[in-house]
Amino acid sequence: MAINWFKYAAPSSFYGLIGKMIPWFAWSSGILFIIGLYIGFFVAPTDVQQGEAYRIMFIHVPTSILSMFVYLVMAGYAAMGLIFNTRLSSMMASALAPTGALLAFLSLWTGALWGKPMWGAWWVWDARLTSELVLLFLYLGFIALQAAIDDPRRADRASALLAIVGSVNVPIIYFSVKWWNTLHQGSTVKFSGTSMHVAMQQAMYTMLLACWLYVIAVSLIRVRSIILERERNTQWVTDLPEVTK
Amino acid sequence: MNWGEFFAMNGYALYVWGSYGMALLIFIIEIILVRHRKKLAVQQLRLLRDAGKEE
Repeated sequence: MAINWFKYAAPSSFYGLIGKMIPWFAWSSGILFIIGLYIGFFVAPTDVQQGEAYRIMFIHVPTSILSMFVYLVMAGYAAMGLIFNTRLSSMMASALAPTGALLAFLSLWTGALWGKPMWGAWWVWDARLTSELVLLFLYLGFIALQAAIDDPRRADRASALLAIVGSVNVPIIYFSVKWWNTLHQGSTVKFSGTSMHVAMQQAMYTMLLACWLYVIAVSLIRVRSIILERERNTQWVTDLPEVTK
Repeated sequence: MNWGEFFAMNGYALYVWGSYGMALLIFIIEIILVRHRKKLAVQQLRLLRDAGKEE
């Protein structure tokens, strides 16, 4: 069977495909949030050392992991747009940037609210915290650079370069707790396993999955607007049922 | 466990609910913004189409 791999690289077919997929991502995300919060607040036991404050983990860890992951995906799409000159990849990169910035902000915000009761400080210039702050600035720089250049394709190329160079920061965040002696604790979840209580793990992975699906849903809604904005002079956009009615 | 005790979070209420509250607020605002942007994009396309018809 011959599959046309490039079919959905065309904005017109991609637009229709994701339009059907968005409700599925959105609803499964919502359901998983409810399950994850239920396990996180009612099933998972109180932590011996941190009391109830540790429950911040169930939102802090997923937003932090995803802020890094989304950056790599964004840089990957931006690079693809730069190398293969595919419009849609660059549009995906632009659609991911605001959500990534919000995730980085939430990671810092929830981290500050966790740091205050545990370390006695909202903020310290620790390697982990500082490199995550740099990640937020990279997202904001990407968005600002794109907004500053009028021609969208030139903006794509310039911001792609920024995104690619900036991706060096992601391993720095990830390994910062190993490389430097920091206040931030090391990873509890490692590739080799974890020491966490089963219910805590279930809550965290459910919340991670819920946040992930949320990110997919909102960025796909955003990329649909970007497609409409950038392709407004094409016939297929003018012929869309939501436009003609 | 009663609800008062639950919301008190054993003294960590500000930190725990401050975290989840901000996350909820951000998610709601982002959802409103992306949906609004989509609506605007479609509206603009309709205006463009109508402007084309009059010519």
